[in-house]
Amino acid sequence: MPLRQWLARAHTLPGSPAAVRVAVDAADWLAAAGDVAATGGQLLALWATAHGGRVHAAFLHGGGLLVLELPTAQARYPGLQLLFPAAARMQRAAADLTGVRSDDEDTRPWLRHAAWPAGAHPLRESLTGTAPAALAADAYEFQRVAGDGVHEVPVGPVHAGIIEPGHFRFSIVGEKVLRLEERLGYAHKGIERRFRELGLEEGRRLAARVSGDSAVAYSWAYCQALEGLAQASVPPRALWLRALCLELERMQNHLGDLGALGNDAGFAFGLAQFSRLKEQLLRAVEAALGQRYLLDAVVPGGMAVDTDATQQRTLAQCLRHIGHEALNLRDIYDEHTGVQDRFAGAGRVAPGLARRLGLIGLAGRASGQELDLRCDRPWPPYDVLAPERCVHTGGDVAARVSVRFAELRASIRLATRLLADLPAGAVRTAMPAPAAGLGIGLVEGWRGPVMIALEVDGAGGIARCHPHDPSWQNWPVLEHAILGNIVPDFPLINKSFNLSYSGHDL
Amino acid sequence: MSTLHLATQALEIGAAIGTAPLFVGWVNQCRAWLQNRRAPSLLLPYRGIRKLFHKDAVLAERASALFRVTPYMVFGAMVLVAAIIPSMGTRLPLTIAADSIALVGLLATARMFMSLAAMDIGTAFGTLGARREMMVGFLAEPALLMVIFVAALISQTTSLAAIAEHLSSQRLALYPSLAFTAVAFTLVLLAENARIPVDNPATHLELTMIHEAMLLEYSARHLALLEWAAALKLFNYACIGIALFVPWGVATGSQGPAGLLVSVPALALKLAAAGAGLALIETVSAKLRVFRAPELMATAFLFAVLGLLVHLLLGA
Repeated sequence: MPLRQWLARAHTLPGSPAAVRVAVDAADWLAAAGDVAATGGQLLALWATAHGGRVHAAFLHGGGLLVLELPTAQARYPGLQLLFPAAARMQRAAADLTGVRSDDEDTRPWLRHAAWPAGAHPLRESLTGTAPAALAADAYEFQRVAGDGVHEVPVGPVHAGIIEPGHFRFSIVGEKVLRLEERLGYAHKGIERRFRELGLEEGRRLAARVSGDSAVAYSWAYCQALEGLAQASVPPRALWLRALCLELERMQNHLGDLGALGNDAGFAFGLAQFSRLKEQLLRAVEAALGQRYLLDAVVPGGMAVDTDATQQRTLAQCLRHIGHEALNLRDIYDEHTGVQDRFAGAGRVAPGLARRLGLIGLAGRASGQELDLRCDRPWPPYDVLAPERCVHTGGDVAARVSVRFAELRASIRLATRLLADLPAGAVRTAMPAPAAGLGIGLVEGWRGPVMIALEVDGAGGIARCHPHDPSWQNWPVLEHAILGNIVPDFPLINKSFNLSYSGHDL
Repeated sequence: MSTLHLATQALEIGAAIGTAPLFVGWVNQCRAWLQNRRAPSLLLPYRGIRKLFHKDAVLAERASALFRVTPYMVFGAMVLVAAIIPSMGTRLPLTIAADSIALVGLLATARMFMSLAAMDIGTAFGTLGARREMMVGFLAEPALLMVIFVAALISQTTSLAAIAEHLSSQRLALYPSLAFTAVAFTLVLLAENARIPVDNPATHLELTMIHEAMLLEYSARHLALLEWAAALKLFNYACIGIALFVPWGVATGSQGPAGLLVSVPALALKLAAAGAGLALIETVSAKLRVFRAPELMATAFLFAVLGLLVHLLLGA
């Protein structure tokens, strides 16, 4: 049955515009997912809820967001891995946390290492989590590659530099990578469980800290869901300031990444220059908004911070300066033979492969996947801003660098306009009590779409909150990007994706 | 063998061991300036070494004796190399111990110990590093030999001290054959000392390392000795380059103690310039893909052969 017939059965969800929910049974679950796949839609998130036993899948399709809700009275629900490869790890994570399992083949644990026993599930009421579990041996089956001269190189989770923990198992012959298998979950800290113990305002603080580099995106998504449930109308000035903060966060991350990419290619000059620019931006943001990293800027009902005209002018000046300097540095990167030799062709994900695997966000746009929520399903105030879409079809490290440069420029332009035309008025409104139910927040962070599914219970507490990071989609694609490349190019390719561990491991 | 010669020899070894970390500090300082960064202290390498000597050594389980003796072997080899390079004076009692070809052999011995020790522990990174080190090394060695042959042919001797003495007695001029070999030598210096564009001494990315990957399992005094030996190796290479290509100012036999008064400041100046040049090369280059390193070494070999041909065919 075509997709629009599912949409006809759907109920509108509060929060993100054009988000709808359809309750399905096991047969409809697969059929609806198949119809989404047939129309070129993609899986955004999949999560399960232990109490009440439901599993949710959120799909992005041409017009909006479709959330399927399947009650799982039976032990296993039909897996979506064959339709959407990205589903595999989300299903395994859901099984670890709630015990709600899919019938897909891979039943290895994903987020569960040895911290809690196989039969226990942190999101079930029965697990109190007060007493530490006895440490068991952590056995995990990696896919073995056999052949003459093939050997394995285990890397991490403890690395030589200060980066987040992740394990990478390379099967190599000589320097050439035959297979890479990731194992994540080392940064698991029980965020979803913690949400249920917090009030709605504290929940916003936790949401902002799911992945520190996307604090604005997460807190905005959380507030969007909550404000939808409470039917609060946020003042226009607050919406514009939120967009300003989101673009500033994008610039901060792009500046940091561009420097780090130069450094990983052995070009320390790039790191020194971009670090300088990033620090200038951080200081300008602190001067204008009072926070360097904007962890507590977006709050339910509006903004916790405001700026005055002088601060806006200073920030706009700083942005102009950074835009100018970044342009010069782009010339240096583009004309440096050594740097281009490292960037070009490394870690290529062809557009066809990117579509099949569901590559999303910034890395997706560098592989010809046009989706940018700010352009495709704009939420206020992006509906009137018409942001620029930056797409590249190269799919290699050079393309991801190029998209970062282009987005940096576009963000500076957008932020300058936001600063110039900032509406007057209040920045915060009082929050009415939210209705019980599921609300969805969906925001295009710097890395890609960030979603929060917030379920409020009758008493006004958090029944379930599932934060979704675009890294869930993109980590598995990294395993493909490295194929055929050589081992010493992996750090550069990994950095060009710069995926979140914390936002993924929860 | 006079007391002066013995004193020169002792001074040279002492200076090499004592100031090699300073040379590394100087290169790092120049690099920081060129990148618009505030530079770390010149003495930072000394502090690093001192810190390591104060720590307790941790050895991997099943580390063999080879793993433990390697730091001493490598350091010893580098001290011996320093002893036969005529950096301050050419009349060195120890030069008869080894000529320039044996010097290449000494460097190879150190490399062999390093690589074996890296594989001894059996970790993936050590083996990766050792393998890459051998790949770079076996290509750099012939180029280095070829460079030495050119200088040896010009001065009709393979003794480094005699070469330096012969070349410094020539008038100050640009020899086309030596100019070609100087380019070759610079490329070999970059590759052999794990500098950008072949290796990155500042990286923390274990998968890209060559030299650092071999040191990952070392700690405390062992690591200190290996860091010191690496500094000494860079210092030695710079001194070899100076002896071969800009020997003017070195104290020769006839000059007596007054020669040292000129040669020591001259060496300091030349090293300062060499360090600044090295920092410049490292700042403007990016790191090569690992499999581009052989191309770089082939280029070095080609330049050395060109130098040889220019000398043989044109006598220049």
